[in-house]
Amino acid sequence: MYRHTLEVAPKGERELVMTRRFDAPRALVFRALTEPHLVKRWLLGPDGWILSVCEIDLQVDGLYRYVWTHAERGEEMGMGGRYLEIERPDLIVHTEQFDMSWYPGSAIVTTRLTEAAGVTTFEITITYESAEARDIVAASPMREGAGASYDRLDSLLAGLATV
Amino acid sequence: MSDLDTTFTALADPTRRAILARLASGEATVMELSEPFTLSQPAISKHLKVLEKAGLITRSRDGTRRPCRIQPETLAQATHWLEEFRELWDARFRALDDLLDDMKAGHEPGPRDH
Repeated sequence: MYRHTLEVAPKGERELVMTRRFDAPRALVFRALTEPHLVKRWLLGPDGWILSVCEIDLQVDGLYRYVWTHAERGEEMGMGGRYLEIERPDLIVHTEQFDMSWYPGSAIVTTRLTEAAGVTTFEITITYESAEARDIVAASPMREGAGASYDRLDSLLAGLATV
Repeated sequence: MSDLDTTFTALADPTRRAILARLASGEATVMELSEPFTLSQPAISKHLKVLEKAGLITRSRDGTRRPCRIQPETLAQATHWLEEFRELWDARFRALDDLLDDMKAGHEPGPRDH
């Protein structure tokens, strides 16, 4: 039974904030976020994708790179960036850029860890390069109509797959 | 064609996707959008018409400039980005919960176990 839930919310014009609590000391969470053999255990790709590359040079101006590979199709999705600020165990600031150019994925990611009574609160603020880019990720929730159309598309595709 | 069909048809072209990627950084005129491509301005304008009809961009008139702006809501609705983002990170954090439990119990994977 997982105790804590993820909160995701837009903030201001260009930011998206994710907040999540963990039942562990901050020092452990910081390690799990920054040591490659540990990161590989949780930084999952979407269904069917495996994290095949996980490189982290944890220092200011050091680079990181993650690549997910599709298990069957062999396609790759990569991303990476540079560390701007590191203050163990409570702050990491890095840039983030996705290889696929049409995803608005150039951003600055600020990760803060605070601990109280053995519970660590993990807050990530993603600052996008433009309000437009942030809104593509976090625009208004699905209106009923658009959501329903998408469900019909899903069923249609599922139906075609069995033909 | 339903709204969603129009959106997906508009997105099914690499030049139009590249135009949207550029507009994700802020508005641009037809001339500015044409610069990276070997296509002529009229050819780019045809693509812009398709994007405008699908509600993916809006175009206004500012004196002699005709700036194009992306309409993020249309793209977000078609691609369910926030939903996928949320589901992916939810799954990741549950896996992180499991890892942290292992680490607290002293059952941490070794650096070479991957």
